[in-house]
Amino acid sequence: MNSKFGRAWLIAVYVFLYLPIVTLVIYSFNSSPLVTVWSHASVKWYIALAADDDLISAVGLSLRVAFYSALISVFFGTFTAFVLHHYHRFAGRTLLSSMSSSPLVMPDVIVGLSLLLMLVSVQNWLGFPERGLFTILLGHALLGTAYAAVVIKARLHEMDGTLDEAAMDLGCKPFQVFRLITLPLLVPALVSAFLLTFTLSFDDVVLSSFLSGPGYSTLPMVIFSRARLGLNPSINAAATVMIATVTIAVVAFSIYQSRISKQRQREVALAYSENNQTA
Amino acid sequence: MITKLTDMYSYLRRYINGRQLVIGVPYFWFVMLALVPLLIILKISLSEMETTEVSSMFTTSDGWLTIKLNFSNYLFLGTDPLYFDTFVSSIKYALATTLICLAIAYPFSYFMARSPAHLQPMLLMLIMLPFWTSFLIRIYAWKTLLVNDGVFNNVLMGLGIIHTPFQIMNTSTSLMIGMVYSYLPFMILPLYANLSKLDVRYLEAAADLGASPFKTFWLITVPLSKAGIIAGSMLVFIPALGEYVIPELLGGSDTLMIGRVLWDEFFSNNDWAMASAVAVVMILLILLPMAIFNKYQADQTEAKG
Repeated sequence: MNSKFGRAWLIAVYVFLYLPIVTLVIYSFNSSPLVTVWSHASVKWYIALAADDDLISAVGLSLRVAFYSALISVFFGTFTAFVLHHYHRFAGRTLLSSMSSSPLVMPDVIVGLSLLLMLVSVQNWLGFPERGLFTILLGHALLGTAYAAVVIKARLHEMDGTLDEAAMDLGCKPFQVFRLITLPLLVPALVSAFLLTFTLSFDDVVLSSFLSGPGYSTLPMVIFSRARLGLNPSINAAATVMIATVTIAVVAFSIYQSRISKQRQREVALAYSENNQTA
Repeated sequence: MITKLTDMYSYLRRYINGRQLVIGVPYFWFVMLALVPLLIILKISLSEMETTEVSSMFTTSDGWLTIKLNFSNYLFLGTDPLYFDTFVSSIKYALATTLICLAIAYPFSYFMARSPAHLQPMLLMLIMLPFWTSFLIRIYAWKTLLVNDGVFNNVLMGLGIIHTPFQIMNTSTSLMIGMVYSYLPFMILPLYANLSKLDVRYLEAAADLGASPFKTFWLITVPLSKAGIIAGSMLVFIPALGEYVIPELLGGSDTLMIGRVLWDEFFSNNDWAMASAVAVVMILLILLPMAIFNKYQADQTEAKG
């Protein structure tokens, strides 16, 4: 296979991946109320968006849910990753590892249905929780924990275990080792896990539909219910705003990451050279 | 109050050490939110229930605990042709999605892994970027392209290639386009990870020994990338099997998918027991490929010694 064919294949797939996104963005500036008929450029759907109270309150709810569920996911994800990485022999290790990966494997409809039926049973028994923000949060946090654990575990695997041992030799207690050595080294992974789980939560429609109560519609739920009815120019505008935000965030984060890794390389080089001078 | 708490703490510490506490936190979290809900689904699928009232599965008569199991939901699933057809067509769509993704992603990942090293991070980033963009919006975007008076048909008719619009929207074609589009990155990423680590010396050795490029590819590259092929296929097949959003937005009213049946059974028919039974069968369908995958992985590690 020659490289001309290879290049053509690469370009064709990228066109396939970006074609719908680019079309959507272009048509969001279409002034015609008929979504697919181009008349002339205008920003009137963006102005309509600013007055769309349903959509705006949905954005608020989605942002809150995504923020808190990402925090909870990173908290429990760190515990899960730490336990699976450090403790190799304990009763039920296999159970924990399969439970933690089950939300990744199960389709959303099953996770949503099972969580809802559990929450209904608890509600029948204890009288709470009511369906709403808290129940959506639980569902998103469960899914997020599974993803966060994968990201953090990958980082733990590539981390240098000798630092932990050195700290222990110097008299650190296990929790001190975690707080002073492991946690600071984990920070980049925690940030990526937070961003990933935030995005997952912000994007989720199936779990939210199962777990939300009346009056609690997240942004994807509102978009989904409108998209089911047909094409809608206000969705195009909302989508473009979301695409722009995500693109900026992802690009900014990757610049931040490459800067951090460069800085670390510099520090390591500096440490070596200073070490050599004293020696 | 405070002394009570410290008492409680020291009481707990007598029985639980730090290690057990650290293990206990994630354990508690996943038992409550992953294991217990699955057991509840199993229980409800075996109960007779129309709406929220759960008839108890456990009854105590004469002091004996008797467990009454009700398989009627499963019997209904087995006998009603609608459910059977749905399961078959879901598997069919998920399989077709997996194969098409593999056919597109394999050459893609291969060429990406062979492209200049300084370009690769950028190419990878371009694959990841749509992945970070809302999945729902990307599916919705296809509607603009595919509807009868949509961009595709407008362009084709404007060019004079066709005179009547193609009916693509709400058919199995639009469903397949949406499914392949959404799951393609899940196939590309593991394949690329695998193919970029491929040892080029094997290929050179094969060429030196006189193998044709095609023979080298088929006898060396493909077998060495088996792990990537299997991982990618799992990542595509399993979620595709339970897909709800894509058939709802792009599929026709006659596209049968399990995820959709479960949703309707729950939200429209309010039949919680039936929805649970559908979910349990779906879990069993997923466990089968998982078991094959795990066995393959175990064999691999065994072979490596």
